Amino acid sequence: MLELRHINKAYAADRQVLLDLSYTLQAGDYVAVMGDSGVGKSTLLNLIAGLDTPDSGEVLIDGVAISSLDDNAATKLRRQHFGFVFQAFHVLPHLTLSQNIALPLLLNDAPLERVEQMLAEVGLAGRGHHFPRQLSGGELQRVAIARALIHQPKLVLADEPTGNLDPETAHDVLKLMRKEIKANGSSGLIVTHSHAAAATADYILNLTKDGLQPVVQEGHN
Amino acid sequence: MQMKTASLSRWLIFGEWRAHIVQWLAVTLAIALGVALGFSIHLINTAALNEFSAASKSLSGQSDLQVHSNQPFFDELLFPKLVRHQGVELANPVLEFDVVVPEKLDSRNDHKLKVMGIDMFRATAISPDLLGVTESGEQLDRLADDAIFLSPAAMEWLQVEQGDALQLNVGVQTITLRVAGGLVRARAGQRLAVMDIGVAQWRFGYLGLLSRIELKLSPGVNLESFKADLDKALGEQFFVTEAADQETRVANMSRAYRVNLNMLALVALFTGAFLVFSTQALSIFRRRHQFALLRVLGMTRRQLLRQVMQEGAVLGVIGSLLGLALGYAVAAMAVHFLGGDLGSSFFPGIQPSIYLSPLAATIFFVIGVGVTLLGSIVPAWEAAQAKPAAALKSGGEEMAIRKLSFPWFAMACLTLALIFTQLPAVSELPIFGYLAIVLLLVGGIALMPRFSAWFFSFLLRAKGSVDSGAVSTLVLARLANAPHQASIALGGVLASFSLMVAMAIMVTSFRVSVDDWLGQVLPADLYVRAATSGHQGGFQLNEQKAVADLAGFTRADFFRSQQLILDPERPEITLIARPIDTSDPSTTIPMTDDLMASELWPRGVMPIWVSEAMVDLYGYRVGKLVTLPIGDKTHEFFVAGVWRDYGRQFGAVQMQLSDYQVLTEDMSSNTVALWLRDGVTASQAERMLRQLSFGSVLEISHSGDIRTLSLQIFDRSFMVTYLLEIVAVIIGLLGVATSFSAQTLARIKEFGMLRHIGVMRRQILVMLAAEGGLLTTLGMMLGFMLGWAISLILIFIVNPQSFHWTMQLHLPWGSLFVIAAVMLVSAATTALIAGRHAVSGGVVRAVREDW
Repeated sequence: MLELRHINKAYAADRQVLLDLSYTLQAGDYVAVMGDSGVGKSTLLNLIAGLDTPDSGEVLIDGVAISSLDDNAATKLRRQHFGFVFQAFHVLPHLTLSQNIALPLLLNDAPLERVEQMLAEVGLAGRGHHFPRQLSGGELQRVAIARALIHQPKLVLADEPTGNLDPETAHDVLKLMRKEIKANGSSGLIVTHSHAAAATADYILNLTKDGLQPVVQEGHN
Repeated sequence: MQMKTASLSRWLIFGEWRAHIVQWLAVTLAIALGVALGFSIHLINTAALNEFSAASKSLSGQSDLQVHSNQPFFDELLFPKLVRHQGVELANPVLEFDVVVPEKLDSRNDHKLKVMGIDMFRATAISPDLLGVTESGEQLDRLADDAIFLSPAAMEWLQVEQGDALQLNVGVQTITLRVAGGLVRARAGQRLAVMDIGVAQWRFGYLGLLSRIELKLSPGVNLESFKADLDKALGEQFFVTEAADQETRVANMSRAYRVNLNMLALVALFTGAFLVFSTQALSIFRRRHQFALLRVLGMTRRQLLRQVMQEGAVLGVIGSLLGLALGYAVAAMAVHFLGGDLGSSFFPGIQPSIYLSPLAATIFFVIGVGVTLLGSIVPAWEAAQAKPAAALKSGGEEMAIRKLSFPWFAMACLTLALIFTQLPAVSELPIFGYLAIVLLLVGGIALMPRFSAWFFSFLLRAKGSVDSGAVSTLVLARLANAPHQASIALGGVLASFSLMVAMAIMVTSFRVSVDDWLGQVLPADLYVRAATSGHQGGFQLNEQKAVADLAGFTRADFFRSQQLILDPERPEITLIARPIDTSDPSTTIPMTDDLMASELWPRGVMPIWVSEAMVDLYGYRVGKLVTLPIGDKTHEFFVAGVWRDYGRQFGAVQMQLSDYQVLTEDMSSNTVALWLRDGVTASQAERMLRQLSFGSVLEISHSGDIRTLSLQIFDRSFMVTYLLEIVAVIIGLLGVATSFSAQTLARIKEFGMLRHIGVMRRQILVMLAAEGGLLTTLGMMLGFMLGWAISLILIFIVNPQSFHWTMQLHLPWGSLFVIAAVMLVSAATTALIAGRHAVSGGVVRAVREDW
């Protein structure tokens, strides 16, 4: 589903972030990527999403090299096949919860009927007319998860999705995210520093200067 | 797809507006005010010009050509020649003049009635609207020796009806006529009297004289070649014109005034556009995260650009529509309360009505929307080009806003402005002068980021040696290190303050110059006028002697003035003959420095002194030999000096009264200037004058009253300028309000962080007020310099090129200080009000969350 082929990315001559990175993510996989700060986790997500381009190598989504696409084509690919969950939630403050969740459907010209169902699935039934300012941090992240999955994307990318949440709320959100990704039949790639968060994935990869290394798991939730 | 995109667009626009309704209302209001000003001024000018043109046209009827002389009247012997001229089907003689209405003498500027003497039989074919309508239907009454026919407006003004007696002044006598009826048709508000031409010539002393002859050509005659041939055959004393020439002349009279008002309105619109730019720019930078998110979620660059532009377009459409409605209402009210000339006396005696032209409305609508889109396009472009991954992280705002700052562009604008100040007028309009003003404003604003960075860095360094508190460090550090964000707020202050300074300096310079000039041109204590009698001034020799012999005066100077036409496409010039001290003309005339000493004058040629307009419009220069039609023929004169005339923008010439009398043998005069003997009061002198046998018809004015009245007229004619100034102030303050509130909103996380680390709410408020105050102070300092530069362009380029007069520079320090204080207090208060919201409880949360 996702294939990384010999990716190289440097921000300066003396700051090589990713070096000859290769990896294949199978459809339906839910993977956590861990690693030290500055090792390139966010860069990796940006490259996968087509928000940044590698210096060399290819990122293939179902065989299509996203880095070879122009901005419009990459944007359309992202719009249809990706969902995003951010550490800082990034919900639009002046739209209602329903409107925030419906954004990907609108961009994809898809019917809006799944919005109420999605709200219910993330535990916010009946609150679609609320504005983000009326929600707690955990609830905001639930909105972000609903928005990431509303259009049934092939791949959900999550960047420190629980970084701003207390452990209890974080636990609930992670559980919800896994459940929804699996229920949608999507793949998931979560970048995190949190071992608890990583433990919710099918398996964990450690990003180092030598590439993505599998971490032996003791089991997952 | 369209439906969904439209929904998304609508959600985003309304969501943003709902959240910042005051900010967006302010922008909409600014656009509306700009459009309203431009549109109302256009409507008023067009209505007045159309009405004035239509009124003029109604007087000349359906003639193909008109023959005029270069003097107001000419010998009627030309008439039979034109009747017999090949190609002429009908020739119609017309006598047109103004008479003084004794009952209206109290109104110094509105006491004259236009009288037309027409041939009642010939007029049937050429100007039937002007025919008198008698109650009995008795046609011969039109020829009665006491019959005068009045338009409805004239009857209303004079408060007379058919059959009433009407007294009118002729020279120093009063004659009584009978209101024999109305006119077939007259335009609303048009004050006009019509008489049989023979009766008018006799009763008003114009025997043997005509004003013009209207010609209707035989079918098949080529108008252009006939006109050229006739022009040649009649010689230089006569002009042959078409109706279109008359319209051009009417339009030329007020063109500079109209263009100036339109330009000032456009400047207000430009300020509005800058306000749109700054609000849009700040709003977009505040929403960088949101736009980045939309890009990540799949909105293309083009869609985002369209979204931001749509926001601007919707604002532009709403603002422009409001502006059109407001402009129409303002125009209707202005015409009702100030008249069609907005108090400037360019279109006297007409009553225009506002006509809503769909084309004009469309043009102003397009300008309003266009200007708004122009204000949105640069920030929209930046938003669309931003890299979403970078924009999702904070801290990129200053970098993004930096892209909107172009020092090279600023320098290019300022250099171009400097070059434009050196270029001459285009079609007698100061087009390059106005362009220079716009470029100065744009260049000045674009240079602000560099300047404010330099200025506040300097302050920060200077403060480094002084041990002062955290708040002042925070304030100066932000202003020095985020100069681009600060400059956007600064730009609003700069644009409005510089315009206010420029207007204030220009109007004050003009007013002080006019006041000084009035002191020079009104040296006597009393000015006494008599109505004209035919082509003679009202005072004949015996009346002049009677006035001069009165005991109350030490000196009596008699003036003879008349109108001359030097170019049929231009308004008449005024010839003033008076006693002039040739050894030092500046004792009697407000001379400029452009003057030739009497020892250098050529022998055998009479001197004249010309106004500045004559230099600009007719190329008269000191020492030049020129010819003027005075008396029965043209004579050669040399230009001995140039004087300043704020009273007649189309040109005036002064000459010695004795020279005039030698050339014309006309010993009459129109006006006498009188100096009071010591111990005689003005009212005593007036009583003496009234006791003369012709005293009751004299128009007596005290120089002080003339001066006061003239300054009142000046202030009235600048009322629109003051209005524009007030609107510029309002737009400027709206700019300050929206810029500061937008910036404060954008910094809500920063304030949240500061509150977390222990900065008190009060300290943040002090910080915001200090930032607002410092920025406004810098904006005003620069605005003053820019405004001063713009005022120099207005005073030394725009005014001389538009109105052909120069003036001295005077700075109204007092008013400038008041304006500066008001701006400073408003800006600091606005910053505080915006800040109160920013330091409310929500900011603590803002650190943790995205919104």
